[in-house]
Amino acid sequence: MSQSTASRTAAGRSTTPPGGGPRRSKRPLLGKNPFGLLLSAPYLVFVLAVFAYPLVFAFWMSFHDYFFAAPGADVDRPFVGLDNFREVLADPAIIRSFGNVGIFLLINVPLTVILSLVLATALNKAVRFRTFLRVAYYVPYVTASVAVVGVWIFLFSGNGLVNQILGPLAPNPAWLINEDWAMPTIAIFVTWKGLGFFILLYLAALQNVSEELYEAASTDGAGKIRSFFSVTVPGVRPATVLVLLLSTVTGANLFTEPYLLTGGGGPNGASSSPVLMMYQRGIEQGSPDTAAAIGVILVIGVLILAFIQRKLAGGDES
Amino acid sequence: MSRGQNILRGVVLTVGALVFLFPFYYMVIGSLQEEPDPTVAGAFPNPANLTLDNYGDINSRINLLQGLLNSGIFTGGVILCTVIFGVLVGYALAQLQWRGRGVTFALALLVQVVPFQLLMIPLYVMIARDYGLADNYLGMILPFAINSTAVIIFRQYFLQIPKELFDAARIDGAGELRILRRIALPLVRPALLTVVLLTFIGPWNEFLWPFLITKEASLQPLAVSLANYLSNIAATAANPFGAVLAGACVLAGPAVILFILFQRHFVSNNIGSGVKG
Repeated sequence: MSQSTASRTAAGRSTTPPGGGPRRSKRPLLGKNPFGLLLSAPYLVFVLAVFAYPLVFAFWMSFHDYFFAAPGADVDRPFVGLDNFREVLADPAIIRSFGNVGIFLLINVPLTVILSLVLATALNKAVRFRTFLRVAYYVPYVTASVAVVGVWIFLFSGNGLVNQILGPLAPNPAWLINEDWAMPTIAIFVTWKGLGFFILLYLAALQNVSEELYEAASTDGAGKIRSFFSVTVPGVRPATVLVLLLSTVTGANLFTEPYLLTGGGGPNGASSSPVLMMYQRGIEQGSPDTAAAIGVILVIGVLILAFIQRKLAGGDES
Repeated sequence: MSRGQNILRGVVLTVGALVFLFPFYYMVIGSLQEEPDPTVAGAFPNPANLTLDNYGDINSRINLLQGLLNSGIFTGGVILCTVIFGVLVGYALAQLQWRGRGVTFALALLVQVVPFQLLMIPLYVMIARDYGLADNYLGMILPFAINSTAVIIFRQYFLQIPKELFDAARIDGAGELRILRRIALPLVRPALLTVVLLTFIGPWNEFLWPFLITKEASLQPLAVSLANYLSNIAATAANPFGAVLAGACVLAGPAVILFILFQRHFVSNNIGSGVKG
């Protein structure tokens, strides 16, 4: 053990190896325990095949005139520079889908952060019916979107239960076929569906907030609400950064809900999403290059949003 | 803490829980109604309006058993790959010194960060067009086979086990393969259930990828065939909502039952460590 450590540090330090041989060191070529590489090799091959290669392929495709051809056929796919991106940015339907995700995020992300933090704080202190409450909040998260979408269509249809209860207050046309309400309804659906997972993250974070801080706050005369804002909220900040990031990524991934709840992004594209447009343009209409360009723009957008959130939420300390 | 605040918190939590559970309750009630009844009274079971016909109706259209079987094969394949890769790579990352270890760990984290939608189109081109794996279980499973969350959970788990345990075995002359089989694998059993449960909900509920890759009805997972039914042919059924909700109950059932049975294992710490890395 000690011998190999010594030889490794020596090899690491000496820039000109003794003996003059090019990059010869006493350290074994594959590390002290090459069995680890053997164990990881299949995984690495998989990562290259279904992750790294498609990732490079996506960028390549977005700069070329790519179209579907018969397998094995040798076709010319010329480099077209930014043409695909120009086409995407000139398409009002695609621009609208990005705007829709913006609306979605404005509703979904704050709602998710606030509700999951408040519910996790309450759940953390709850003594009775803990199991029942846990199950109740997590069940939507473990259920398939496809399954619960059916109930939501039923609940929010023109003469559905929600409108029956609201009576004259019900929007007309009904929620999912109303241009103004379609996207907010989807945002609320996704919040409800995913909240359990974020409550779980906050519950884990709350275990790390020291009890002494609460005691100190209450000695200083802080009430429940005050100590929530000055102890709990800063205490779980790393988790908040994570929840912000994950809910933004989930929002950018939106596909199943507009595809099924509003029949493919209706009415009039008021609830379409970029991934839905990728499906329509790329696979239904056979322009995978345009779809790849949408994907690249979407990911750049998410990265910018994540960066801004990190700055705002002060994630540097975590 | 005052009694009033306790009661208030109890009330808020309970009302919230009921709001969360109501759509599920409504799903079951709706699946049993002979005539869809969207009125407030319809939210309560009415013995005169109860039937199991909706389950027969949806079964005659999308073959529930075949759908469940396909979902099962898809999910089982993903879980198998996830666990094998997860245990092996997690062990190698936590307990063995080898060249490329840092790069592998960085890759595992990177896989988690890059969103699937960017890879969706190239994966479709590769798997469906180039490899001809459309309408094939393998094609469904491939993109989900590398699950970094599992790698990170198992790595975290193996990090907690003292290195001396493995070094002692090495001094006793045990080969690496033997150490893996006799020491590492038995030790990892407690983490296994958590990973299996966490992995289960992913592919079981996944819609987009199997939807892209399977066009043949007999190979579609239940989520895909139910969604196709929902968006295409629901209008032709006698009680379309009843039939859809019956299918939804069958799709939701296994995941919900598994979750309730094992809800203790959905421990926040495990998921937290999996996501935080």
